[in-house]
Amino acid sequence: MMKAKEIIARRTAVELKDGDVVNLGIGLPTMVADYLPRGVDVMLESENGFVGLESVGENQDSNLVNAGGQPCGIILGGAMFDSAMSFALIRGGHVDVTVLGGLQTDQKGNLANWMVPGKMVPGMGGAMDLVIGAKKVIVAMEHCARDGSAKILKECKLPLTGKGVVDLIVTELGVFRVTKKGLLLTEIAPGVNVETVKGKTEADLIISDNLIAMKNVS
Amino acid sequence: MKNKQSNIQQVSEYFKDGMTVMVGGFLAVGTPERLVNAIIDKGIKDITLIANDTALPDKGVGQLIVNRQVKKVVASHIGTNHETGKQMIAKELDVELVPQGTLAERIRCGGSGLGGVLTPTGVGTIVEENKKKIYVDGKVYLLEKPLRADVALIKAKKADKAGNIIYDKAARNFNPIMAMAADIVIVEVDELVEVGEIAPDEVMTTGVLVDKIICGEGC
Repeated sequence: MMKAKEIIARRTAVELKDGDVVNLGIGLPTMVADYLPRGVDVMLESENGFVGLESVGENQDSNLVNAGGQPCGIILGGAMFDSAMSFALIRGGHVDVTVLGGLQTDQKGNLANWMVPGKMVPGMGGAMDLVIGAKKVIVAMEHCARDGSAKILKECKLPLTGKGVVDLIVTELGVFRVTKKGLLLTEIAPGVNVETVKGKTEADLIISDNLIAMKNVS
Repeated sequence: MKNKQSNIQQVSEYFKDGMTVMVGGFLAVGTPERLVNAIIDKGIKDITLIANDTALPDKGVGQLIVNRQVKKVVASHIGTNHETGKQMIAKELDVELVPQGTLAERIRCGGSGLGGVLTPTGVGTIVEENKKKIYVDGKVYLLEKPLRADVALIKAKKADKAGNIIYDKAARNFNPIMAMAADIVIVEVDELVEVGEIAPDEVMTTGVLVDKIICGEGC
């Protein structure tokens, strides 16, 4: 059986269109690049200052790292710039899609992914700019926390990264679209039933009349 | 043209207790390590540090935190240096977390004679606390104020003796904007060349912004 993270990365990859400029967050979102459909060529933006991010080649360069500080490569046709330019691209609507992880998200499209008061305060880095600036914001995360508690809530309890910014949530159980009416379940993972999804989700769910099996995961 | 080449002893004269310093780098990539080491060697205290992040405990500006030379940090991310969070929770270190794009713009404003920037980033989050909200054409923005420093420490791949700079790949990050936003700008280079060896079109930061150049480990 496919691991949760692979299901999430595979399904999220379907959202990327040929020619998109895309920023992938650290961790699970980075995996999305491995599952791009054939014929889909995207330009990856790295918020530390370039477009054209790719995996590290044979020649590792200490001055060429991704936004997590890990060695990476840059494609021919890529470009380097400073941090002000990088975030001008991000806030200015020049990034088509951003994929981020989440600690909590909710039916209003809020996202919390940068701190747990009293426990973990790493800082927001570039996440607040990405959620406000990218044309499409996808939260790609495991459906529940490690202790089994729900992460898709009626309303986020943790400090927000952005208010009303999320367009789509992809988990190993399904695909959820944030709409004006609420959170719409549009796709469901193979072998999972709607009651299971409801049981693991605190948010009110609207079940799509056209509910289909999750794309690109079987 | 004035030769700005200096040495570590001379530039250390600019490092004083209580100074505000901007240091280039993203997780220590593009950080002038020799200059950071000079601050450590001189035992400077009560620093206000403006940097993208606090790097790692044994790298870049992370060492200044570990050595408890810093009283306040303005940064977007502190998660890779556990010492920063530890001192913050113990209330021994004042940490102002700023969204990365906002940090870049505040520095750019400080170096560009602007009174601030209006950004939608952080609206509806705790970042908006105590900040003026301004509506422009019906859309809400936060007024974010400029940042400046006494000294900026910059890392470059190459400079000529007049201070014209070329950066290397992702080591550019905050360096060009910090070079605009401090009273004294010191550049550490891997390669120092004669004036004329860098063509005007190649220059990424003009030498008019640079006060002193020192050679890094590479040259």
